[in-house]
Amino acid sequence: MAAHLKKRVYEEFSKVVQIPHEEAPAKKLRLSKPSKSAALHIDLCKATNSTDALQYLLHFARKPVETESVEGVVRILLEHYYKETDNSVRLKIASLLGLLSKTQGFSPDCIVDDAINTLGNEKSHQVLAQLMDTLLVIGTQLPESPAVRQRLIEVACKHLSDTYFGVRNKCLQLLGCLGMVDTPLTKDNEGLGISLGGVRDVQSIISDYFGDQDPRVRTAALKAMLQLHERGMKIHEIIYDQACRLLSDDYEQVRSAAVQMVWVLSHLYPESIVPIPSSNEEIRLVDDAFGKISHMVSDGSWMVRVQAAKTLGSMLQVSPQFLEQTLDKKLMSDLRRKRTAHERAKELFTSGEFSSGRKWADDAPKEKLDTNTVNLIASGACGAFVHGLEDEMFEVRIAAVEALCQLARSSASFAEKCLDFLVDMFNDEIEEVRLQSIHVLREISTHITLREDQLDTVLAVLEDSSRDIREALHELICYTNVSTKECVQLALLELLKNLNKYPTDRNSVWKCLKFMGSRHPTLVLPLVPELLSTHPYFDTPEPDMDDPAYIAVLVLVFNAAKSCPTMPALFSDHTFRHYSYLRDSLSHLVPPLRLPGNGLDLVDSRCGLGSVESAQLFLQQSLNRVSTIQNLEAPGAQDLLDFTIRDLRRLGELQTELAGAADFCATYLRCQLLLMKALQDKLWNMAVPLCLKQNVTATAAAQQILEETYKLEFLYSGLDSRQVATIHHVRLQAKALQLILTARTRQGLDSLISSCEKFLQDIESFQRLFLTELPHLQDSFVDKLLELMPRLSSCKPVELVKILQTTLRQSGLLQLRLPEQIHRATATIIEPTGESDNPLRFTTGLVVALDIDATLEHVQDPQNNVKVQVLYPDGQSHVIHPKPGDFRKPGPDRHRLITQVYLSHTAWTEPSQIEVRLLLAYSSSSTSLSSPSKLGWSDSIDSLPTPETAVEGTIPFSKPVKVYIMPKPARR
Amino acid sequence: RSCILVSIGGKNIMLDCGMHMGYNDDRRFPDFSYITQNGRLTDFLDCVIISHFHLDHCGALPFMSEMVGYDGPIYMTHPTKAICPILLEDFRKITVDKKGETNFFTSQMIKDCMKKVVPLNLHQTVQVDDELEIKAYYAGHVLGAAMVHIKVGSESVVYTGDYNMTPDRHLGAAWIDKCRPDILISESTYATTIRDSKRCRERDFLKKVHESIERGGKVLIPVFALGRAQELCILLETFWERMNLKAPIYFSTGLTEKANHYYKLFITWTNQKIRKTFVQRNMFEFKHIKAFDRSYADNPGPMVVFATPGMLHAGQSLQIFKKWAGNEKNMVIMPGYCVQGTIGHKILNGQRKLEMEGRSTLDVKLQVEYMSFSAHADAKGIMQLIRMAEPRNMLLVHGEAVKMEFLKGKIEQEFSIDCYMPANGETVTVTTNPSVPVDISLNLLKREMALGGPLPDPKKPRTMHGTLIMKENSLKLVSSEQALKELGLNEHQLRFTCRVQLQDPHSDTDTLHRIYTHLKSVLKGYTIQHLPDGTVMVESIVIKVSSSTEDPNTKVLLLSWSYQDEDLGSFLSTLLKKGLPSGLC
Repeated sequence: MAAHLKKRVYEEFSKVVQIPHEEAPAKKLRLSKPSKSAALHIDLCKATNSTDALQYLLHFARKPVETESVEGVVRILLEHYYKETDNSVRLKIASLLGLLSKTQGFSPDCIVDDAINTLGNEKSHQVLAQLMDTLLVIGTQLPESPAVRQRLIEVACKHLSDTYFGVRNKCLQLLGCLGMVDTPLTKDNEGLGISLGGVRDVQSIISDYFGDQDPRVRTAALKAMLQLHERGMKIHEIIYDQACRLLSDDYEQVRSAAVQMVWVLSHLYPESIVPIPSSNEEIRLVDDAFGKISHMVSDGSWMVRVQAAKTLGSMLQVSPQFLEQTLDKKLMSDLRRKRTAHERAKELFTSGEFSSGRKWADDAPKEKLDTNTVNLIASGACGAFVHGLEDEMFEVRIAAVEALCQLARSSASFAEKCLDFLVDMFNDEIEEVRLQSIHVLREISTHITLREDQLDTVLAVLEDSSRDIREALHELICYTNVSTKECVQLALLELLKNLNKYPTDRNSVWKCLKFMGSRHPTLVLPLVPELLSTHPYFDTPEPDMDDPAYIAVLVLVFNAAKSCPTMPALFSDHTFRHYSYLRDSLSHLVPPLRLPGNGLDLVDSRCGLGSVESAQLFLQQSLNRVSTIQNLEAPGAQDLLDFTIRDLRRLGELQTELAGAADFCATYLRCQLLLMKALQDKLWNMAVPLCLKQNVTATAAAQQILEETYKLEFLYSGLDSRQVATIHHVRLQAKALQLILTARTRQGLDSLISSCEKFLQDIESFQRLFLTELPHLQDSFVDKLLELMPRLSSCKPVELVKILQTTLRQSGLLQLRLPEQIHRATATIIEPTGESDNPLRFTTGLVVALDIDATLEHVQDPQNNVKVQVLYPDGQSHVIHPKPGDFRKPGPDRHRLITQVYLSHTAWTEPSQIEVRLLLAYSSSSTSLSSPSKLGWSDSIDSLPTPETAVEGTIPFSKPVKVYIMPKPARR
Repeated sequence: RSCILVSIGGKNIMLDCGMHMGYNDDRRFPDFSYITQNGRLTDFLDCVIISHFHLDHCGALPFMSEMVGYDGPIYMTHPTKAICPILLEDFRKITVDKKGETNFFTSQMIKDCMKKVVPLNLHQTVQVDDELEIKAYYAGHVLGAAMVHIKVGSESVVYTGDYNMTPDRHLGAAWIDKCRPDILISESTYATTIRDSKRCRERDFLKKVHESIERGGKVLIPVFALGRAQELCILLETFWERMNLKAPIYFSTGLTEKANHYYKLFITWTNQKIRKTFVQRNMFEFKHIKAFDRSYADNPGPMVVFATPGMLHAGQSLQIFKKWAGNEKNMVIMPGYCVQGTIGHKILNGQRKLEMEGRSTLDVKLQVEYMSFSAHADAKGIMQLIRMAEPRNMLLVHGEAVKMEFLKGKIEQEFSIDCYMPANGETVTVTTNPSVPVDISLNLLKREMALGGPLPDPKKPRTMHGTLIMKENSLKLVSSEQALKELGLNEHQLRFTCRVQLQDPHSDTDTLHRIYTHLKSVLKGYTIQHLPDGTVMVESIVIKVSSSTEDPNTKVLLLSWSYQDEDLGSFLSTLLKKGLPSGLC
């Protein structure tokens, strides 16, 4: 065997050497590049003792191996393996074999036999374990060959009886990863006598090891079973009992895996019936599993508790009575039943008397309990969540809160029940838990109506000093339903208190009241006179219009009035005036109202219900009108474009839903306008030296168009490939224009040639990228160019430029199809406000932290793309990349950036302003790869590297904010 | 009070050495003469273990070690060792300096006593001597409270001290691994109570304080210096922090400051939140809580004051209470239980007019609230601990007999283990089932392995043949041959013989043949030989046939087998007693 191997190795050895032989002169070769395997062989031969050999191997493992030489290397390693007596070296060789068989492009089926052979003589358990691992790697590399798998499985089964746990572990792992997914049929074919090999079902073999003496092996067995499940094998129901037994194992990792196993089975066989031990009753399996996992929530190990709590959340099929048990905790005191605080609160509420709580005996226990009925140890699901929510580790609490959320979303009655517990969590000591429970309550708030006492607890959190908590709570209040007008009043009062305490919450509080008003118009109605402090006889003084609290009240009232037509009758004169003022200044918070008389109707008439449709229509018409532009003379066409752009811009301002689309169209048209202007007749008919000035403007225009196209492509979300194609088309036109202009001004032929080549590449890549879109681009610039392509690629640059010039001037405007949903990425910097006159003073050479708070809308992947730019008055600019953790996601398509940027500068004589703005970074290569149109041309991508060099840049997309700073010279 | 003596595997251990607060005479300390009439305690006790620093668990320690005399090791955790002397000293001051008692331990005695203390770390196994080892587990309850696992050989005891299974604001929950002790000694203060979630209690407490402060009222919280006071401080401190409140909070006693210092040091003994955040800020470095001065009580505006003692029976808390009782805006919150007869108990029961010494009356107009912040495990918690530790026997202490009766029933029903509840001074004996380690010879094991069968499984018993040799305090299991050799004995063969009478008309040889064929058909897979000397051999069993002297039809079978073949031999004899089937030729 060894001799044979050696022969093969030497064959391989010489072969590898010979490959370069054919290409290069022989003498050079030997000196220059010895093959990997050759080098290794020499090294290993040189190694006098095992330590050296190990060193060589370690050194060798650091470098990658070319695909061609892998087999040779493997042979050498194997050869050495047989010779080696030291365990650690053999172990390393075994692990190297595994690594090597992972090499891309190498098919390890040729070394399967050898690898299995090595197992036979191996005495060291560690090495055996490593070899099994190698086999596992080989097996996973060869998913297509069942024969190899079958062999590997047999080998694994043979070694399952090893005395070393590591070997058993690896064998089980191998079985889990490679075990036949289709139930093995070999059982009948081969008779029962042989107990090895794939004769028995893989599952039953694995499940034998559930009772192994080593906990690590038990865990591995469970994991292997889970692996089988993941690979799509249907786990037998018998496993359930065994898994349940493992739930009470002594070792946490076993219990943890068992929880998972039970969970998997409960999903596979939710409806089967299992008997309850020690009674004749039977229950559904999913209920039983739910009870058992609930039990694990009070396990001794917190890892298991987290696992169990998480798992509970996804068991939605459980029956309601079991579900509700999880929140059940009977209280008793001196053997008498006691009501929980929750029950007391509820009772007080229903009896109409609000919590007095003054008496000591208030919670005195009432009924005498029968000692037999008290169930002290929670059997089954009893009180699982009560425990989970009170757990010591916040990880468990968070998991429990999340699980509650998932379960509550699917069951309204459960949501109602868990409300009290969630509200309690608002008082948790760890902020994350509080935040999480507020979010959860928001998510399930569609199911519930808050009682007054609950609302009270919820609102108490409004005074929290953490901004995140307050904002989450505002968000929650936006979505909650309350039952009485007192609740509304209470909420308003608390919100106003909050506003008073934390004036920065202004916007958030107003928004909150907006939803509050529109949700509960009838509850607000009786409060209106009080809220607006009107009096039936006397005129009350007019409140201060700039008072945020007053605005808050008005926002509430106006939003309620929207669906309550009787309300405006209660308004006093100044309220109407304030309405029109607020409608203008805070139009996003104040809805249009149909007010009687007073000539205030005019606001509403335009914004009727159909306004969106009509605006859409208008947009479409404008675009259609533009498409007739070909027929117009130049000045007329330009005017038309000018007007259309103006119209669209205004439309965008008026109709927020269409702002994105309108803006997009306007920008596109502006590009066209610029192009058109640049292509004016005059310029091109003149001799080059005469039109330098025009040349300059045209160059500037081309540059601008390029910039605009990048904005078009990256600032707007919701574009489909057709629009992207159109944008790229414009960009191509701009590039053509640039090329022509360079050709006209500069005389250097070399640079011209290179730019021509680049342009041709651009065209090619365009063609490749938008192959599917080409039919839509008929008669366009590109279309014409592509027709001429063979000629273009062969002709001289000067000729090319000429062709370009004519085609460019002949080509018309490409009709822009209106995309479905377009959103423009926007950012607003809330803080700093830029209003402060007090300069931020700091000592030169040190830094000062500037808090930045901004909202981003429709930004994809802000963590990577959004940057903060700081512009100093001397023209210096810094770009700061905020941490990913600084971005929060309060809602879909919305992000919030709360970060700090550090400023520093040399000393100034007096304070001056710096500008802070947000930038959107883009890179054309990454976006085009990830865009949905990728599918169409993915095949072509693999073969060719994208010639279009990745264009990277940034677009400023927020209004700059000025901050007054003053770096003082350091005092000595 | 707690003071438990455990004798286990020949070792005597004293668990806790507490005193009774209610008595002022000799009854206040445990009766150490119970252990030994004359002679020093050191000779009788192997060690003393103190679970935590409450006086009812450690109050008699200096008395025992210095006045009665004990020089052996005393084990307690680091925080207990640090805080315990403060409390003892305080206690000594009150009894000696204030009440003027004599015959009490001195400061020096406390110091000397503390020198004998060996500190324990959590989960650290300490070898007291060669056989006795102890290990501490976290118990919640108060800072440094521990449960101890005591092990001698294969026998073990877990003593819980006081513990709490629900985590609170500054301490985590008690935890123990599945150590399966022979006996679990658990406190059972709340044997019949299942408490409401702590969140409701906390929320109520905070809400009441908050409301009162917003009204401009003053809040008095009478507390005992250590334990719950820290819990409430943290609760209020974090609440103040969260809500940005500005009203001052005062803490009245000097004793607490010293102890608080230790709370700051022993961060590892607190809960997850405090442990995680102490890098930024130690939670016990209170920002809002300041030391109280007597003159502050008259300051205008809202404030919160923690004052000792907790039952309003004397001291500063009572003074402040008297000052504030007249204003209905103020509030007093009683965070724990009040003994009958104290003012705390009276006002909790709704008494609005109090008689003070000097025959003056005090109108109580302020609001009185009761809030239970106890740190003992409730019935559920006790059950949970039992589930965690899986003891073989259960022993309840530190509780009222009636309540314990209930819990005992429950434990026996749920876990089906024995549960004991001894009265004071009563001794309970629990028999254990100790496993005795035996050396086994390798040859015997190998031979057993060679016989085949599955891999050895520690969970399943397996029978094997061998000889047990007990020699010089060691046990050995060897094969019988080796045993013979070692002991220098001759091997004796033991044979059983048996006569079976058969009714058979045939001749002897025929009968023998019939038996042979019969056995051949019944015993498949055994070697059965018909030997020419007129016997049948089944394995090593010999069967002979002879006719009876009186009746030729009655045949007498002689069976003889060696001791090793007992199974087969007795089977054969019963088989042959049934007679031969008639169908045989």
